[in-house]
Amino acid sequence: MKQSLENFKDSYLFYSFKRDKIAMISFAILLVLVVVSFSAPLIAPYNPYDAETIDILNSELPPAWMDGGSTQFLMGTDQQGRDLLSTMIYGMRLSVLIGLGAVVLQAFIGISVGLIAGYIGGWLDNFLMRLADIQLSFATMMVAILISAIFQTVFGSSRYNELAVPLLVVVIGIAEWPQYARTVRASVLGEKGKEYVEAARVVGLSSTRIMFRHILPNTMSSVLVISTVQVANAIMSEAALSFLGLGMPVNRPSLGSLINAGFEYIFSGAWWITLFPGIFLVLLVLVINLLGDWLRDVLNPKLYKG
Amino acid sequence: MFAFTVKRILQALFVMLIISLLGFSIKHEFGDPIRDMVGIQVSVKDREILRETMGLNDPFITQYARFLKNAAHGDLGTSFFYKKPAMHVILSKAPATIELVFASSLIVILISIPVGIFAAIKPRHWFSRIAMGGSIVGVSIPVFLTAILMIYLFSITLGWFPSYGRGETVDLWGWHTGLLTADGLRHLIMPAIALSSIMLPLFIRLIRSEMMEVLETEYIRFAYAKGLKKKRIWFIHAFKNTLLPVITVGGVQLGIMLAYTILTETVFQWAGMGFMFLESVQRSDTTLLVAYIIFVGGVFVIVNTMVDIIYGLVNPTIRVSGRK
Amino acid sequence: MEPILDIKNLDVKFALRTGTVTAIDNLSLSLAKGERLGIVGESGAGKSVMGFSIINLIRKPGYIANGSIYFRGEEISRYSEEEIRAIRGNRISTIFQDPMMALNPVLTIGTQMTEAILAHMDMTQEEAERIALEKLAKVHIPAPEKRLNQYPHEFSGGMRQRIIIAISLLTDPDLIIADEPTTALDVTIQAEIMDLLIELCESEGMSLILITHDLGVVSEVTERIAVMYAGRVIETGPTEAIIKNPQHPYTQGLLKALPESRTPGEPLYQIPGMMPTLTDIPPGCAFNPRCPMRGEICITKRPEAAFADEHTGHMAACHLVSGDLAS
Repeated sequence: MKQSLENFKDSYLFYSFKRDKIAMISFAILLVLVVVSFSAPLIAPYNPYDAETIDILNSELPPAWMDGGSTQFLMGTDQQGRDLLSTMIYGMRLSVLIGLGAVVLQAFIGISVGLIAGYIGGWLDNFLMRLADIQLSFATMMVAILISAIFQTVFGSSRYNELAVPLLVVVIGIAEWPQYARTVRASVLGEKGKEYVEAARVVGLSSTRIMFRHILPNTMSSVLVISTVQVANAIMSEAALSFLGLGMPVNRPSLGSLINAGFEYIFSGAWWITLFPGIFLVLLVLVINLLGDWLRDVLNPKLYKG
Repeated sequence: MFAFTVKRILQALFVMLIISLLGFSIKHEFGDPIRDMVGIQVSVKDREILRETMGLNDPFITQYARFLKNAAHGDLGTSFFYKKPAMHVILSKAPATIELVFASSLIVILISIPVGIFAAIKPRHWFSRIAMGGSIVGVSIPVFLTAILMIYLFSITLGWFPSYGRGETVDLWGWHTGLLTADGLRHLIMPAIALSSIMLPLFIRLIRSEMMEVLETEYIRFAYAKGLKKKRIWFIHAFKNTLLPVITVGGVQLGIMLAYTILTETVFQWAGMGFMFLESVQRSDTTLLVAYIIFVGGVFVIVNTMVDIIYGLVNPTIRVSGRK
Repeated sequence: MEPILDIKNLDVKFALRTGTVTAIDNLSLSLAKGERLGIVGESGAGKSVMGFSIINLIRKPGYIANGSIYFRGEEISRYSEEEIRAIRGNRISTIFQDPMMALNPVLTIGTQMTEAILAHMDMTQEEAERIALEKLAKVHIPAPEKRLNQYPHEFSGGMRQRIIIAISLLTDPDLIIADEPTTALDVTIQAEIMDLLIELCESEGMSLILITHDLGVVSEVTERIAVMYAGRVIETGPTEAIIKNPQHPYTQGLLKALPESRTPGEPLYQIPGMMPTLTDIPPGCAFNPRCPMRGEICITKRPEAAFADEHTGHMAACHLVSGDLAS
């Protein structure tokens, strides 16, 4: 463990990280956002899920520094009288959770498909990649919206709301696997012809062992780069679905559903219910994207171009 | 080229078949055509009779074949909410969406090409740095947030533009267009900018990176060695090669834009297909929902097939040999 | 006679993130009108960089750090971007190594030829096309009228290289720089292209700089040879003198490594070791780690060029030639 830490310190990755101010700042911000959101019950001033602490009379209070604001609620309150800051912290936790879950799922599907398609080849490869192409040509956003619309019809609104978190993970996971599949397949095809794979085969290692122990590790830098961007995409997708009312319900809001809820009140001047969650969302996505950009420049993997 | 075109069209038909099967399964499992037709006041017995006469007790395959046959004639069933053929409803909403996508595409093309090219040929210029930095921020702002903030700023605070609807439209042989009236255009500006805000950064980055890659090639160096003027090298030699990948991605992005119309139209209550789709989800109007899926699926497939064929026309390598 | 090209003390450097490396080190060369000069060396010796530095087309982050290049008596290394552009492809043409990569895939041959003419001459499209046809015929492309509307991928590699040569001839240049023009081609086509180059130089009175790693090829085509190693010219002189009486151990090694000089039944000779990368050129003579005749002085002192034969201008940068090291 200590050895690998030492290795990391000497690595090119760490070296270029230290030299890149944007990457460092982004990472710091991301770290703060994630730590804050996951320690929400400890940090947040209020518990937005606890109906007893919410007083409807406090609804739509502006931020503390404005006329009519209350020092009790630093960033004001939403339409239900919840402390906006607390709600946002809890909401961000949901956004991050769903984003990570969706990426784990899509990576699992996509890497499996990519490995199988690239390694086995033939008609199976053709079939799987056509499938990926078709789904990609349909815009992941569209697929996510359609699947969640179907789910909502299938499960009914209230059941859908109860199961929103796992369902969103599934929806976004299914909608975005082709990215992984195509990239992993491309790397597998590149690696397959190389001598070490030949050698492994000659030695008599099984296909699965060659795939997982030899080829898969070599696709990891592309997977890492995609994953970073995909987390940002998944968070964006979740926010969009929630904004459309196909995601997290208002009583357990993610950043997207907060923005959705706040939108109605923007005409009456309560801009903060929309703007603050919006800023948090953009900040979260932006730092992840910046890190993704930096990673892509550093690792410079051969990504599959659409 | 002919064989290539035929192959692409067959592929497109196959994809449509799968989409229709998917759509039909949804409708078959979750739709209730009897309720859609007569409401809930009719007795159970009458319903059974209706089911039988409408063939709803037939095997799945028979019903699917019937559905396909009707779909081929442009009949995708009747919307429960509008009490009109779903296809009519969609077609009446289509112009609004098409005009929105058109206006956004125009903004994207007009801005991304010059900015992308500039950022590629002068990567260290301050403007390029701002454009690239701005584009990554742009990618990170959800389109609905852009839309909402624009409404707050330009409609509510400044009062420059209307915040919802299409404004005054003109009936042009059955096509209700907002492009011909000042009011219609005023309504179009904000939705179009909001929708383009998601594509613009992507295109700037795409054009820049493709162009930079092309500028490093041997044939560009050879063009320099021939003593050509920089402008000719940039805009004829490099840009033409940049265009190929941009067209491919552009086709796909057009589809993505359609997806984002759902968000934009919802924010601006733009009476297009996207807004209609979301309403049909909320109203459990299964027929209309499925009709939308099939219609949009059809648009996607047609656009993608056309992009492939156009790509073939632009790229001489494919044009002659049939397939790369 | 005044030389058509005169390179004096040229230094080319590359500004890398880790520091600056020298790709061309104090290189001087001159070329008479109508003369054919071969630049020989292994890859990485700086041959191509030298060729491209003449028309100021070194890839970034390379730049000319020092020295001057005179062309027809004018110092073109001081030219502005626009002035040098007017020389490129006009008075000095370039033939690239890989014909598969040098032509723009989306433009017709006709466009790629006429644009090169129109960039330098004031004439109509029709006149330019007429010249293009004439030059295509000159490089023995059959049915040239049909070719103008075709795209590069419709031609074989050999045909493409002929087209590139035709492009280099369009403006009747004074000098052609051919950078490994046959390396990417089949052996049978190599000879054809070389014969074509000689034929054209002689009939048009053009000078030629032929850059190649193949001493065999230059010996057949050129009148004079400059051998490069690690960014320096280490031996130069008339082709015959160098082939028959090589002075530098490196040149001797190159000659020995030619397939023609192999004794049947014995393995092909190879110079031991590898050319140093630009970042770690050894002190003293750059060739010393690979040199079979290395002496003490070779490790400490860099040899300067010295005459092996003052009459023919045969020079070599080796302590053996200057007499600092007894053989």
